[in-house]
Amino acid sequence: MAYGIKLHVWGEYACFTRPEMKVERVSYDVITPSAARGILEAIHWKPAICWVIDRIHVLKPVRFETIRRNELGNCKISTSKVSGAMKRKSTQDLYFLIDDGDNRQQRATTLLRDVGYVVEAHFELTNKVGNEDSVGKHLDIFNRRARKGQYFHQPCLGNREFPAYFSLIESDEDFPLSELSQETKDLGWMLHDIDFANAATPKFFRAKLINGVIDVPPFRTLGVVQ
Amino acid sequence: MTIQHRYEFVYFFDVTNGNPNGDPDAGNMPRLDPESSKGLVTDVSLKRKIRNYIQFSNENKPGYDIYVQEKSILNQQNQKAYDALEIKAEPKKLPKDQEKAKAITDWMCANFFDVRAFGAVMTTEVNSGQVRGPFQLAFAKSIDPIIPLEISITRMAVTNEKDLEKERTIGRKHIVPYGLYRVHGFISAKLAEKTGFSESDLSKLWKALEMMFEHDHSAARGEMSARKLIVFKHQDMLGNAPAYKLFNRVTVERVKGELGTPASAFDDYVIHLDTSGLETLGVEARELF
Repeated sequence: MAYGIKLHVWGEYACFTRPEMKVERVSYDVITPSAARGILEAIHWKPAICWVIDRIHVLKPVRFETIRRNELGNCKISTSKVSGAMKRKSTQDLYFLIDDGDNRQQRATTLLRDVGYVVEAHFELTNKVGNEDSVGKHLDIFNRRARKGQYFHQPCLGNREFPAYFSLIESDEDFPLSELSQETKDLGWMLHDIDFANAATPKFFRAKLINGVIDVPPFRTLGVVQ
Repeated sequence: MTIQHRYEFVYFFDVTNGNPNGDPDAGNMPRLDPESSKGLVTDVSLKRKIRNYIQFSNENKPGYDIYVQEKSILNQQNQKAYDALEIKAEPKKLPKDQEKAKAITDWMCANFFDVRAFGAVMTTEVNSGQVRGPFQLAFAKSIDPIIPLEISITRMAVTNEKDLEKERTIGRKHIVPYGLYRVHGFISAKLAEKTGFSESDLSKLWKALEMMFEHDHSAARGEMSARKLIVFKHQDMLGNAPAYKLFNRVTVERVKGELGTPASAFDDYVIHLDTSGLETLGVEARELF
């Protein structure tokens, strides 16, 4: 992996929601490759590149906690309502009420506490690559930003209320100590990523923690199923 | 002009004899972090107060509407909007006319402060995608453990006639005698570009953080006040330093009472800001109050 990067990512809370339990959110045990990709993209991304997660090191024991919040039910903004209001040039009737009726829902989130990961990844060039794009250029940009703590927007651990802190690992000495380096465990089927080229189909893989490390199979292989 | 700098902030507020944020899972007791017994206030609870403040401090001002409102207005006349429906709904697909979708998103951002600052999901029958706002908050946590108290109160009246024989009803209030809470926030200049979040929006947001508790008094809240807001302004749009290193520069010292026990007043704490070397990093730290 000549163009690989290693990023240490940590935070106090995280919620990588299982798609089968998303009304009352329950997190996966560990970060998903798609969430890890999101963190990298928050630091640097251009249409010319596509991040590929190779390996995830789990540094801390998996611990859960629940929190229940008042949330909104069907709170999506309907475009027809908006276009109607635009036509009338008035925002008077355009709002969403939170009340004790049908709009409010109390939902519990089973989230992760005190997480730390090392994400090993590389990127590939896509078909949107232009003349001025080169692997070295994007790698430099990423490394420079990660080193300085720069980002496009604040990366998060699953949900935006759980900020992700990060530091670039440039040498072996920087590599954080893992409390799980002896831990081997089958984590079951886990979301790999969403296949946006293919009508947003979710793809799954069998996540196995081997001595604290999850090897992520390439997205388009037999290990990844729909 | 949208904001040209990345910001992070550390915000302190405190509560005296009140319940800053009830936990629906625990019968409306103040939220507690089960590991440390420190108090929690969720991000969404604080955002609600910001929305409320912006709403009434900018009443009838174009561009400062609030999309997600509390039950203050009773007649929801959204049928009117449906009558003016123009785009043909196609279930869960991106609209073919991307310009129209963008016009809708832009219009929402221009008119609604909460859409512009916090973002919104606009994926219904006609999908116009989502807006991610520049403003992001984490959970607020108290500096020291808190000890919530349950206080029984009585009411001299009864609700139903059949209960007349009973003398009175007993209710319960949950309060935190004292708690100082700290919360971290982030403002991304790059996402601000996309929603049009401007400098004047930013100053309104700072004002909201300063004043929002002053207009949120209720029987449950007790006395809550904003105590300190420390803002880190990066020279570079993308930022000049990692957020966690800046947050580490703000430390809270317990000057009265035993460490690790609940505090009793704001005077028990001193908040320090380490500004050494910030200028060479390209970060400006300011105490807004």
